[in-house]
Amino acid sequence: MRTLKKEYLLHLMLLPGVIVTLIYAYGPMAGLVMAFQQFEPLAGFFHSDFVGFDNFRYVFELPDFKQVLWNTIVISVFKMILFLLVPLILALLLNEVTRRWFSRFIQSAIFLPFFLSWTVLGGVIIELFSLNGPVNGLLGSLDMEPIMFMLDNHWFRGIIIGSDVWKGMGYNMIVMLAAITGIHATLYEAAEVDGAGRWKQMIHITLPGMAPILILLGVLSLGGILNAGFEQILIMYNPTVYEGADIIDTFVYRLGMFSQQFGPAAAVGFFKSVISLALVAVTYYAAYKYNNYRIF
Amino acid sequence: MHKPTISRRLFVIVNTLVLSAITLLGIIPFIHLLSISLSSNTAAMAGEVRLWPVGFNLDAYRYLGEKVEFFRSFRVSLTRVVLGTAVNMFLVFITAYPLSKSNHQFKFRTPYVWFFAITMFFGGGLIPTYMIVKNTGLIDSVWALILPGALNVWNMVLMLNFFRTIPKELEEAATIDGAGHWRILWRIYLPVSLPSIATIGLFTIVGHWNAWFDGILYLNSPDKYPLQTYLSTLIMSINSQMTSISIEQIKAMENLSEKTLRTAQIFMGALPIMVVYPFLQKYFVKGMTVGSVKE
Repeated sequence: MRTLKKEYLLHLMLLPGVIVTLIYAYGPMAGLVMAFQQFEPLAGFFHSDFVGFDNFRYVFELPDFKQVLWNTIVISVFKMILFLLVPLILALLLNEVTRRWFSRFIQSAIFLPFFLSWTVLGGVIIELFSLNGPVNGLLGSLDMEPIMFMLDNHWFRGIIIGSDVWKGMGYNMIVMLAAITGIHATLYEAAEVDGAGRWKQMIHITLPGMAPILILLGVLSLGGILNAGFEQILIMYNPTVYEGADIIDTFVYRLGMFSQQFGPAAAVGFFKSVISLALVAVTYYAAYKYNNYRIF
Repeated sequence: MHKPTISRRLFVIVNTLVLSAITLLGIIPFIHLLSISLSSNTAAMAGEVRLWPVGFNLDAYRYLGEKVEFFRSFRVSLTRVVLGTAVNMFLVFITAYPLSKSNHQFKFRTPYVWFFAITMFFGGGLIPTYMIVKNTGLIDSVWALILPGALNVWNMVLMLNFFRTIPKELEEAATIDGAGHWRILWRIYLPVSLPSIATIGLFTIVGHWNAWFDGILYLNSPDKYPLQTYLSTLIMSINSQMTSISIEQIKAMENLSEKTLRTAQIFMGALPIMVVYPFLQKYFVKGMTVGSVKE
């Protein structure tokens, strides 16, 4: 009783957060029952008929679904690899810049797209790659045929991947730069005494010193393998490139909001959530074991 | 220091060139966009504009000044940022405080932490979330953009970790002077945590300013759209126009669309962030490194 009196204010402070979380985070989790229902919006969760796994069966048998799953995995695997590789190279190059103002300036420029919304960046990208945009202008001046980048499945996927890396590379670069600064200067001094040049220093000191953060970033990104970038693709794609760029999230969005197939859409979402949760659990455990990484 | 060798000097030159090229890659697209918005409509449509306006004029911006949709959505965005950030920061602050206590001080800490943490890893997904927002009567209200994300658990964790670095002595001294939790939170924790609050607050502001999809999802009337949602309708409409029609038709359509106006609006949507960004960057960088690198 005494602890309750002492701690009641702490509970009270948590109350608003608990209520919001209960409604808007746990509410939808409970709402996942609709994945097992013949969901009727008017009847609601409580009065719709249960149909077992019919929605799942229905969706998995849709001819598009395999393609959608494949697109999701391909796009996000490419993104994951480039999101490690590109910032790593940038960080290593930037680390060799000795003039501080120059380094600052480059960091700012690379970081800028990260802070802009996909509506702005989508607008920029569509403009750049449009039929008479500057990229095709450049191709034209090299005597090449113009390419319809935004309508071509092959090119469009590359643009999705490339533009996301362009937007996000500044973030990981900063994290990696921070890791490089964390490496002891004495190691470099010792290496220089031993006659190691810059290249050798990079191979034998900088890269091994960054290994933990690289592994951590890589492992943690695995949990998001079914997130290929919903907002980005939604704003940039069009029906012609569904074949190469439709991902689980955009598929769910169209299935639910436009075709009003709430049950099947929720089933796909549920499938994605379960796989993601499993991946997060595994990778989080791996990160914890390897790097002692915890969030609390 | 040794004298730099020739290969080293060569490397420095190449390195500078490569990095400069990448720097341009970050900036040029926006210069290009700005140039189009400042060009004559015919030059913009013919694709003659590169990095410098062709047929310089301010018509697009002048027209924008009279455009009702733009200013209406700009106002909605401002409302959203102010209201949303206030709610987010308040909840983060008062939620992080109890959870930063040790289990000894606050017996129920662990169950609460799990309660919140689970939502970081598992969610209901798009459709069930939409149904809940609909059932709680938020559709078509600005609160639909604020309440569902009112408590950002990740920010709360950052805040909580910051609270833990505050020396216990401060709190003990205050307790002896008769201050309760509520007073300690506002009179001691708040002033000490200003750097942390600034970082999280900036991320929150940028997040609210940039969000657009929830507007599409939860708002039915376009006159309630925030700026980025309004912009997204412009972009998605040109994009869907491009489908299943011939190249000639696309060219004709581009002639009809007011390209300079569209680019002017996109540019204005990015401008607030671009202007404040250089000043905020160091906070972001600091906040990020604190958040991601853990010993």
